[in-house]
Amino acid sequence: MNFIHFDVDKCSLCHVCIEKCPFDALHMGEKGIEVGEACRMCGICVKACPEGAIRFEQKAGQADKSQWSGILVFAEQEQGEIHPVTLELIGEARRLGGPKGYEVNVALIGGEGTAERAEMLKRYGVDKIYAYEHEALGSFKADSYTKVMADCITRMQPSVVLVGATALGRSLAPRLATRFHTGLTADCTKLEMRENTDLVQIRPAFGGNVMAQILSTESRPQFATVRHKVMDAPERSAVATGEVVFCEVAEEMVSSAIKVRSVHAAERSCGIEEEDVLVVAGRGVKDEKGMELVKALADVLGGQVCCTRALVEEGYGDPTRQIGLSGRTVKPKLIVTCGVSGSIQFASGMKNSECIVAIDADPEALIFNIAHYCINDDLYEVIPPLVERLKQKKEVCSHAFSLS
Amino acid sequence: MKIIVCIKQVPDSSDVAIDPESGTLIRMGQNAKTNPYDLYAIETALRIRDEVGGTVTALTMGPPQAEEMMRDAYMMGVDETVVMSDRKFAGSDVLATSYTLSQGIKMLEGADLIICGKQTTDGDTAQIGPAIAEHLDIPHVAWVKSLEEVNDRFIAVVHQMSGHVQVSEMPYPCLITVDKDIFVPRLPSYKTKLSTREKEVRFLSFADLPDKNLSRFGIIGSPTQVDKMFPPEAAEGQVHIEGNSVEKANRLVALLSEAKIL
Ligand SMILES: Cc1cc2nc3c(=O)[nH]c(=O)nc-3n(C[C@H](O)[C@H](O)[C@H](O)COP(=O)(O)OP(=O)(O)OC[C@H]3O[C@@H](n4cnc5c(N)ncnc54)[C@H](O)[C@@H]3O)c2cc1C
Ligand SMILES: Nc1ncnc2c1ncn2[C@@H]1O[C@H](COP(=O)(O)O)[C@@H](O)[C@H]1O
Repeated sequence: MNFIHFDVDKCSLCHVCIEKCPFDALHMGEKGIEVGEACRMCGICVKACPEGAIRFEQKAGQADKSQWSGILVFAEQEQGEIHPVTLELIGEARRLGGPKGYEVNVALIGGEGTAERAEMLKRYGVDKIYAYEHEALGSFKADSYTKVMADCITRMQPSVVLVGATALGRSLAPRLATRFHTGLTADCTKLEMRENTDLVQIRPAFGGNVMAQILSTESRPQFATVRHKVMDAPERSAVATGEVVFCEVAEEMVSSAIKVRSVHAAERSCGIEEEDVLVVAGRGVKDEKGMELVKALADVLGGQVCCTRALVEEGYGDPTRQIGLSGRTVKPKLIVTCGVSGSIQFASGMKNSECIVAIDADPEALIFNIAHYCINDDLYEVIPPLVERLKQKKEVCSHAFSLS
Repeated sequence: MKIIVCIKQVPDSSDVAIDPESGTLIRMGQNAKTNPYDLYAIETALRIRDEVGGTVTALTMGPPQAEEMMRDAYMMGVDETVVMSDRKFAGSDVLATSYTLSQGIKMLEGADLIICGKQTTDGDTAQIGPAIAEHLDIPHVAWVKSLEEVNDRFIAVVHQMSGHVQVSEMPYPCLITVDKDIFVPRLPSYKTKLSTREKEVRFLSFADLPDKNLSRFGIIGSPTQVDKMFPPEAAEGQVHIEGNSVEKANRLVALLSEAKIL
């Protein structure tokens, strides 16, 4: 491994690193310590050296690009389920690697049940699924997950490593990229691979006002994180083509300074400002039945109900959920307005939302000036089939991962 | 207990645009302020210090103007401030920035607890914290939303994962990155302003650092390069959905799925 760097002047030839290496990868050579193919980047030698003569390092221009090929996708598991961003990353990896005939492999790390879940990934056009199962890997610990992923990366020597830009992925990826002394680009929205295997990574900068194109031309592997719902997931195929490789989890990999005390489902207590999805009730909602429709739509979308001032005045809305000049300012990913005229005072509190869907009976309603998707109709007629359709879609998605 | 908070000075507005002629960045706001997410990190550090005892040092890598930001940090109540400033640090990406900060931390003889903000408003990567922890070979937990228990031996924190929250405990030395809303940051006080007026801001340059290997700093030590910048594609036009109510509902779901909004 050309990542382990020895400082010849500091080395006292004490052999401690050679003895401590769990993979038997270090040997005394002509010019001091040499690192063999068995190295798994576990870092024991770095810690064990009494002289501080060993460190991880990759010098610019040192990477021999031809030694690094294929794409490795980190498959995140959350409480016994594979996170859906994983499939999207696999789809993207196949698209990127196709022209080069690159292998697309997946690293699946976790506690009990991991090996079984590895089977599910076989039908998405991947080559190998490296499965690391150990009870101590049931919950995320950044230090031990880094060691396991380092093991997988040294086995495969991928040119590119893709990680979901989730809370877990964004905690793991920077640690891992640092261990390999290489580049990591966060939150990529577009990826392209050049003929020379350099990954062209595009991400928003300055709050989305500018797009930046980023390259790591001198180092390998190239790390990128990508958010959920940015790339396309592949279709599940009828035949299982992937091969599951069960990898041994060494005790050293699971040793961690972090102790997980508990894990529990997150309570949804966030205010409407932090919410990703909002459904707004306006004066077009005339009764309890209308409120129920709006609530059902919010539930199936996984969001919260808010209202205009008019509805607060009518007694249907809670003032802490009022949007607008005299209410809250929101910027969710999706906002659906139902029976809202879109007055200036209301719009000023939500016009920067990423996607605005407006349902209103009046074709002249001001809301249609700022909406991205306009539905000119009676909300009492449109919401019921909309809720129905969304429920159907949800069921299809939850079947995507089923075993058979 | 010794606590180091990493903070950064950022432009006070992200209002920038690309000059279509030259392809260069035009910045609207010229003023700088403390990265808003770092105020939560400072507040967390001060509260832990006030409970457990010890000192809080604010550390930054940036141009000499960062001294202004450090005056504000003094006004909030930190004990010591350090600015790492050198032309040789210019052009640093995540790897080089985190390495430089880890060198600064070594210069300060380490810390029990290092606290970072969740992300910056200009770099916006949320990567510096975990990368510092890796350079220093200490454990870390990111996205901390509240503290469960802190004493002089360990810290237990509640942190957000995709669909659940986890409570993790670590011994010192360790690093956390804190989410906004962990605590409400205090306002700088006039009283502390007066009492800290004489306090010095310490400067460190490349020559002061233990590692003198230039290839690890600044643009040379940065594996990633910004190849170019360009304006985002204009948002696509408005869609009017037609048909009967059921058709409209189905069409909307199809369009939102296609646009990956659902
Ligand atoms: C100083 C000041 C501050 C204000 N601040 C706020 C504020 O913070 N927030 C706020 O919301 N307002 C605020 N207002 C009030 C604001 O001007 C509007 O009066 C209010 O936003 C209107 O709410 P609305 O859209 O629900 O009702 P309306 O304007 O009455 O609109 C109702 C809409 O529902 C449609 N509709 C009716 N029936 C149906 C149906 N069956 N199906 C579909 N559509 C239907 C109608 O076509 C119409 O477009 C403020 C006003 C002032 C003067
Ligand atoms: N130049 C810097 N100096 C000090 N701290 C920094 C610097 N850059 C980033 N940080 C810290 O790392 C966090 C994440 O930054 P970023 O990875 O740029 O989003 C910030 O909230 C700061 O706590």
